Amino acid sequence: MYFDHNASTPMHSEVLAEMMPYLQHCYANPSSVHSQGRMAREAINYARQQVADLVNAHPSQVIFTSGGTEANNLAIKGCIQGMGLSRLVIGATEHPSVKDVAASFESFMQVDTLPVDSQGTLEGIGNGEIESLLSGQPALVSLMMANNETGAIQNIADIAPQIKAQGHFVHTDAVQAAGKTVVDFASLDVDLLTLSAHKIYGPKGVGALIFDKKIDLGAMLHGGGQEKKYRSGTENVAAIVGFGKAAELARQNLIENVSRLKRLREYFEQKLGMLPGVIIFSEKTARLPNTTFFGMDTSTNTNGRGIDGETLLMHLDTQGIAVTSGSACASTRLQPSHVLMAMGVGEQTARSAIRVSFGLQNTKAEIDQLIDAIKAQIEMIPYLEIVEN
Amino acid sequence: MKLPIYLDYSATTPVDPRVAEKMCEYLTIDQKFGNPASRSHKFGWDADEAVKKARQQVADLINADPKEIVWTSGATESDNLAIKGVAHFYHKKGKHIITCKTEHKAVLDTCRQLEREGFDVTYLDPEATGLIDIKKLEAAMRDDTILVSLMHVNNEIGVIQDIAAIGELTRSKGIIFHVDAAQSAGKVPIDLKEMKVDLMSFSAHKIYGPKGMGALYVRRKPRIRLEAQMHGGGHERGMRSGTLAVHQIVGMGEAFQIAQQEMATENERIRMLRDKLWNGLDDMEEVYLNGTADSKVTGNLNVSFNFVEGESLIMALKDIAVSSGSACTSASLEPSYVLRALGRNDELAHSSIRFSIGRFTTEDEIDHTISIVREKVNKLRDLSVLWEMHKDGIDLSKIEWAAH
Repeated sequence: MYFDHNASTPMHSEVLAEMMPYLQHCYANPSSVHSQGRMAREAINYARQQVADLVNAHPSQVIFTSGGTEANNLAIKGCIQGMGLSRLVIGATEHPSVKDVAASFESFMQVDTLPVDSQGTLEGIGNGEIESLLSGQPALVSLMMANNETGAIQNIADIAPQIKAQGHFVHTDAVQAAGKTVVDFASLDVDLLTLSAHKIYGPKGVGALIFDKKIDLGAMLHGGGQEKKYRSGTENVAAIVGFGKAAELARQNLIENVSRLKRLREYFEQKLGMLPGVIIFSEKTARLPNTTFFGMDTSTNTNGRGIDGETLLMHLDTQGIAVTSGSACASTRLQPSHVLMAMGVGEQTARSAIRVSFGLQNTKAEIDQLIDAIKAQIEMIPYLEIVEN
Repeated sequence: MKLPIYLDYSATTPVDPRVAEKMCEYLTIDQKFGNPASRSHKFGWDADEAVKKARQQVADLINADPKEIVWTSGATESDNLAIKGVAHFYHKKGKHIITCKTEHKAVLDTCRQLEREGFDVTYLDPEATGLIDIKKLEAAMRDDTILVSLMHVNNEIGVIQDIAAIGELTRSKGIIFHVDAAQSAGKVPIDLKEMKVDLMSFSAHKIYGPKGMGALYVRRKPRIRLEAQMHGGGHERGMRSGTLAVHQIVGMGEAFQIAQQEMATENERIRMLRDKLWNGLDDMEEVYLNGTADSKVTGNLNVSFNFVEGESLIMALKDIAVSSGSACTSASLEPSYVLRALGRNDELAHSSIRFSIGRFTTEDEIDHTISIVREKVNKLRDLSVLWEMHKDGIDLSKIEWAAH
């Protein structure tokens, strides 16, 4: 049973069907001038329109990349280089592909972090405080639209104009938001926006950066001049076609998908809430419809000992249940989630955290089994402690 | 026979059906679609297992250690990572880089970018054969040279550079050696335990794997360090972040394994087809082979048809998919910079066609190609005033054209 859709999603069968011809039959290099090359080029253009439509952008604003990580790197490095900026501001709960870029900049430029409130957004931070944190030289401000761990949705449409009014540029990582909530590039008023295919039932290895052409974007990869010189390298035609189809399906089925995911999550959280000491992170703010990130309140549970999230999820795995303790990209590390730390969650509770992210194929029957398995583990805790003692 | 005939295997190849089949096992819900970075469940472990196997398959073809393979989104990214990665890591040691004028754009444009950042780049001229004279390379080396980047097989003319010999030289001088092997892997034997190459770029889609997938070989002994160019998550031992595209990686692994198993027999078959094609064109007037025939990859045939404009010929040959050079530069109408670097004049460079033969090319297709090319070249020449003058014995290079 797979409940880790924020890490990756299985590909939609219709997406696979669209991709297959571009592996074996229409396989030419889209830069080739012969008719087969031009067919591949047309397929890319069609997919560009589909991806643009998902986020209400113009196809000329779409740059295909090898994934969300590359798009985030391109957005930040490209904008800073192209616009001649020397300051970067990021949110405290950004994905590693933004956080690590910022860390690599620290030695030679001003890097600031915007805090989050206890729910993981800027809502609880006063406008005055944000304004004073952002005062100073112009920066690129990178804020994710929806957090991959908690699912908390940042109200970018509200914040972006405020940030831009101070002379800054805004990038938003919408990798988790796309397909699970409305993402409207035209009305968000951001300069740059990141998308990934494999989070919306498309293939891994392809993503996109959507950008406002007022941004003079520097390139990260050189050689060949594909994607209007913003991203060189032979286009991954089949994956781009798959991305296009996945984007089209996500757009067409958005309302239906969101309500389906919401029903599943409500069902799960209602049952989860009946277990002792469970805390759902970012519960009091707008969240992605599919995400529940929860931990154990150590004070009410097991004499303050709590439960270790890693242990819990290994137990769940032995029962064929796939969940995670946080971001897949950070799952080789043993530190507690930086997202929860930024929200002011205690370390013990953060260490107990489990992320459940539902997908379109999950069922209520699966959720019943998931709840039973979690319950059994929680009930085991006092005994585990006796054994340890 | 199915038309058009595809003879552009150096631009890209179809995915081998065996490769496509494997890739499909890692995509949809009833399969192994997980994120290999997910350490907490079987979906992740299965994906990670598949990535490990593919890493071994790629390493096996080039006799390397799997730990020396870094996955990338393609050879362009590999070239960028190798060259910028070395330049940014070793810049305190020196800021001089040596490459060649006939390299792929992924190397040349990256070097141009480094020049903007303050590096000094020497662009060597190749000999008329298309190969580098190793003495000239040695002469270009300086105390502050940190990197030599040269391709193994040229994408336009197919000539094979003696990488082993150059590796001996660079190692003896303590200079890092990067090789773009996008066009050679699976076609020319590569043994990185023997060859003193420090970094090597690979592409999947040039050898019947998927587009959007490549690898960079990074030597461990002696250890080569790189500054990462993409940040976030620390995948690939910190050298290249980003969720691994499992199906793509599996496809590359399978493609490399098939190449290893079938390279010898396949090369023989392709060589026969290539020679047949050349024999079918060679007796035409004013036809020139580009790049030395002595050291050439089997699938490549680059020919200049004098007095015929390359782009017109490509359009006339609409039933045959060929190119006038690299796909990556084919949007521009300038004559091939590779052929010009070889000393070919603009006219000959402009009249060149690259035929590249591959795994699925048949003898019938070659026969058909010969007859169409002969017919179309003759037809275009019949329309050409220059050809008429040439036939009348006028030496065109001596004509003084009147300015209008």
